[in-house]
Amino acid sequence: MSGDRRGGKRRGVRRRRVAAAFAVNGLLVAAATFAAFPLLWMLAVSLMAPGEASAYPPPLLPAHATLANYRELFAAAGMGRYLANSVLLAVAATALSLVFNVMAGYAFAKLRFAGRDRIFKLMAAALVIPGQVAMVPLFLLLKNLGLVNSYGGVIVPALASIFGIFLVRQYALSIPDDLLEAARIDGASEWKIFGAIVVPLLRPIIVTLAVFTLLGTWNDFMWPLIVLSDQELYTLPVALASLAREHVQDNELMMAGAVVTTLPVLLVFLALQRYYVEGLTLGSVKG
Amino acid sequence: MRRRAVAWWFVAPALCVISVFFVLPVAAALAMSVTDFDIYALADWRNLRVVGLRNYVELLQRPLFWKALGNTLYFVAVGVPLSLAASLGAALLLGSPLARLQAVFRTALFAPVVTTIVAVAVIWRYLLGTRYGFVNYALGALGIEPIDWLGDPRFAMPAIILFAVWKNFGYNMIILLAGLQNIPRELYEAARMDGASALARFRFVTLPQLGPILAIVGILTVAGYFQLFAEPYVMTQGGPLQSTVSVLYFMYEEGFKWWNLGNASAVAFLLFLLIFAVTLVQMRFARRGEAWR
Repeated sequence: MSGDRRGGKRRGVRRRRVAAAFAVNGLLVAAATFAAFPLLWMLAVSLMAPGEASAYPPPLLPAHATLANYRELFAAAGMGRYLANSVLLAVAATALSLVFNVMAGYAFAKLRFAGRDRIFKLMAAALVIPGQVAMVPLFLLLKNLGLVNSYGGVIVPALASIFGIFLVRQYALSIPDDLLEAARIDGASEWKIFGAIVVPLLRPIIVTLAVFTLLGTWNDFMWPLIVLSDQELYTLPVALASLAREHVQDNELMMAGAVVTTLPVLLVFLALQRYYVEGLTLGSVKG
Repeated sequence: MRRRAVAWWFVAPALCVISVFFVLPVAAALAMSVTDFDIYALADWRNLRVVGLRNYVELLQRPLFWKALGNTLYFVAVGVPLSLAASLGAALLLGSPLARLQAVFRTALFAPVVTTIVAVAVIWRYLLGTRYGFVNYALGALGIEPIDWLGDPRFAMPAIILFAVWKNFGYNMIILLAGLQNIPRELYEAARMDGASALARFRFVTLPQLGPILAIVGILTVAGYFQLFAEPYVMTQGGPLQSTVSVLYFMYEEGFKWWNLGNASAVAFLLFLLIFAVTLVQMRFARRGEAWR
């Protein structure tokens, strides 16, 4: 009798577990739909004929998928130029800032120099200052250097970042001192040690920082908006914002523009998301 | 001795960039905020005069500045709790042992974070359209009349908040998920032995264990949300009736539309002081919560 009751109880527990599993996964499907729907809708509308999306009820899929919007963007709206600007600026800023930040991050972790700890503390304190505070004088400074309205004006402030130096330092702390010391005893120069030993060991964090910087500079809006006035030099976000003000009614065309702007970063993220997510948790949980 | 000199060469490039293009401009911003730097001074530096605190005094008398400040506080006060709740909810779902296909769900939930804000703001502008927008279509199915989301001063800021939550919740979700996975399993088993319900386990195990991470995430999110700019720039241009003008939007227009650079510097500094003060208060609360536990 008691065995029967226990069996019933076990069945009840199992039933509740199945219900809970349904609830959890159902909610996950709902949340993922909420997150992904606007992006999928963007893709669908970008393939519609002009005017097709302005209907009620709003269509989910194009009646006849067409690349006409993309063709118009690249042929008439100069999207190719903006895409090239964005690629060039993001790649250049990422490559240069990686060199600067990785060298500095390693030095703050493993090399000794006068004032190291004091400088590091000052940098940590400076992290609380929002970048926008510097924008007005930075604009004037770059104007005097002749860098306003040029690629250089966009890249120069991104060349080094306190956050990047912190991320590299955090990771470089785990390099064993004995390894570096042994190389020094063998007569290797500091540059040789950096190139042959340190950089290979830092590879994972370098990839992480590269992804962060690439996405950050690609998506950046406010600074390029301020510093670039010549349309020829616009990056994709600045160009898209200006197009969106002109073409308020051209739903399908704007969605194609949004796809061109956001698809490259989504693909980079999908390919390298392991590194990105690792950097995110390294930066905050363990930091 | 040579090694020390070499070490300087490793840090010098980065420190030079940070000093010249960040530290120097921040100091200059403070100096500029006490001048009447405007379009005439831009043309000829001799037109520049020191005006002391006049920029600050005049700002505090401008209705639009208070409006921008109020809008920004509204965005922070409503947007941050909603964002954190969405992040925590999504992290709990993803971290549940019952969840399937975690990698797929995680990628989908995180995708909005890496998108370009201008591009997705354009998408949402259409999703929120009054006549053909999907949001109103979905609400119509529930029997709700169409809402002029971006054209009605009552709804423009809520629409921007909805957009910001959608765009940002995945970021904190990942951090909270890592925190959840660091909570020792034994704590949950002990609580279950004591007969604690799922809700009680969340209240007495999960929340206290997540406390420090939640505090950090909360402080960073507040600081980030104070810097609202691209959303109103693309979606509403500050309107309707200036209901979505944020402090940074105000600074941008003041500085780079009207070229009142002295004024814009003062706005930037006030925003910095505000963020700094709010951060200090939050840290004090976080520390007290820690001691209380």
